[in-house]
Amino acid sequence: MLSFILRRLLVAIPTILILIVISFVLMFAAPGGPFNSDRPLPPAVMANIEARYGLDQPYVVQMFTYVKNIVLHFDFGPSFRYRDQTVSGLIAQGFPVTLTYGLWAFVVATSLGLALGIAAAIRHNSWLDYLATGTAIGASVLPNFVLAPILVLVFTLWLGWLPGGGWYGGQWQYVVLPVVALATSYLAAIARIMRSSMIEVMNSPFIRTARAKGLPMRRIVWRHALKPALLPVLSYMGPAFVAMITGSVVIDVYFSTGGIGQYFVNSALNRDYPVIMGVTILVGALTILFNLVVDVLYAWIDPKIRY
Amino acid sequence: MTPLLEVEDLRVTFETGDGPVHAVNGVSFALAEGETLAIVGESGSGKSQTAFAAMGLLARNGRATGAVRYRGRDLLGLSPRELNRVRASEISMIFQDPMTSLNPYLRVSEQMAEVLMLHKGMGRRAAVAEAARMLDLVRIPDAKARVHDYPHQFSGGMRQRIMVAMALLCGPKLLIADEPTTALDVTVQAQIMALLGEIRRELGTAIILITHDLGVVAGFCDRTLVLYGGQIMEEGPTDLIFARPTHPYTLGLLSAVPRIDREEETLLTIAGEPPDMSRLPPGCPFFPRCAFARPENETLRPPLVRLTDGRRRACNRPVEEILLAREAAQ
Repeated sequence: MLSFILRRLLVAIPTILILIVISFVLMFAAPGGPFNSDRPLPPAVMANIEARYGLDQPYVVQMFTYVKNIVLHFDFGPSFRYRDQTVSGLIAQGFPVTLTYGLWAFVVATSLGLALGIAAAIRHNSWLDYLATGTAIGASVLPNFVLAPILVLVFTLWLGWLPGGGWYGGQWQYVVLPVVALATSYLAAIARIMRSSMIEVMNSPFIRTARAKGLPMRRIVWRHALKPALLPVLSYMGPAFVAMITGSVVIDVYFSTGGIGQYFVNSALNRDYPVIMGVTILVGALTILFNLVVDVLYAWIDPKIRY
Repeated sequence: MTPLLEVEDLRVTFETGDGPVHAVNGVSFALAEGETLAIVGESGSGKSQTAFAAMGLLARNGRATGAVRYRGRDLLGLSPRELNRVRASEISMIFQDPMTSLNPYLRVSEQMAEVLMLHKGMGRRAAVAEAARMLDLVRIPDAKARVHDYPHQFSGGMRQRIMVAMALLCGPKLLIADEPTTALDVTVQAQIMALLGEIRRELGTAIILITHDLGVVAGFCDRTLVLYGGQIMEEGPTDLIFARPTHPYTLGLLSAVPRIDREEETLLTIAGEPPDMSRLPPGCPFFPRCAFARPENETLRPPLVRLTDGRRRACNRPVEEILLAREAAQ
């Protein structure tokens, strides 16, 4: 198992390098640059700025310098857009925010999603199932850019219970609405996957054996059916977890939380190359890491999987 | 003396999108303590569903009516909690495919011990020790260590032995074996049947053997019950049924068994298909495929009648006619 994990971590290095190359190519293939604006700068000024940030070098050289700086100094470069800010600095500021509301969203989506899915499956085709399935469908067709304004309308403007934006170091009042807005669609997806996989498992021959043994329903569900039913949910939860803790542009923009979710879109629009690369590498590394975590959990659940 | 198990006019219906499917249509039989009964028939004849109904294991859309009395107590009317007390401790069941009938995600020790902990209130340690002893009894080598293995670490035959051991943990009076050898190699089949034979001799457990393999039945069961279209065609002592079948369907089944002492190029089969259980004809279910069919039986179901030799059969052709046909074929 340990050698498997080490092997996977080693494979992660070339994976990230490939990710860097592809991102670089796509980035430079997009028209425009970080310092283009409506009023063109005089050519001499432009040349100066480009020389200052190394943009006058060939792409391959830029890429090489970039990777070298990361490997040698763990330096992801300066932001072109936000003066006097480094990419590491921006992420260090914003990531704790998205991590906070993302983790809470993960906890909410997973616990409620699994509970809803299990309840719907064991009361298959009853009112509880219809209620749970209906809720899940409702939640999944409600995108967060629709849900977020509705939440603010109801809880901020009408009821006045919660603030409609801001972060203030993550005091709970400011965390609640972003968490709800982010968690809802994941909750729905988890409930849906859990329900169908649980129904399938409950129809399998070994559950019939468990029933023939006279086991109470509670034990059949928790001890015999839960583990296998979790497998499909687990493979969804790896990428979903990464998506949640790296935040969402809708949440960050709508609730002015100051997380890194906003950079995904802003940096691309601004051609802020180092920031684009920074968030891409962050998401890529986290994805590799949590896919590994999922694989390890798979082996823990299914004794037939041995690495 | 009340029989161990008494099934009376059992009917099983499944509600499906295409209307009700009648899987079992008025099956009645009795089983004494320590007796072995074979239920034979083609796929879809209702043999497994008869057993599932008795154990309360029907699929969600299935419903059973009639009565299944275990020592005089009707199992169909029991609450889930009461039924759970009968399962495994009084009546046990083993299934067709030992590959999928054991939970692949749990150790054998856990799956076996939970039965004893639940029904006998044993502690985990004692339960696991008892499970290992039972595995040893069904001749799993190195049982003490292997009880902690997962099902996939055993071969198919071994897994079926584990199923048998698990079924016997609480010393049930009745063991229902639903096609226990169908998924196994021929040599392993013989071992499992030998094991079941020992259990019956040494523990006095009554056994209901559900199978479509007549070869397995011949040397094993006291009595044989032939099902077709969810109805009893013929039922009686196995020797009698095999030596002198008196129902055209039984005759057809026996003729379809390949024989090593004859030089036949082709296998004999019963022409036609088993009936569509959602549109069962009002008459004899075997009518469309029967070589002896009388026109009136297309709409008229022959009653199940007890013959003087103790068997029951549902056919109104004279017995002699069918016996003659068998002799002619041989």
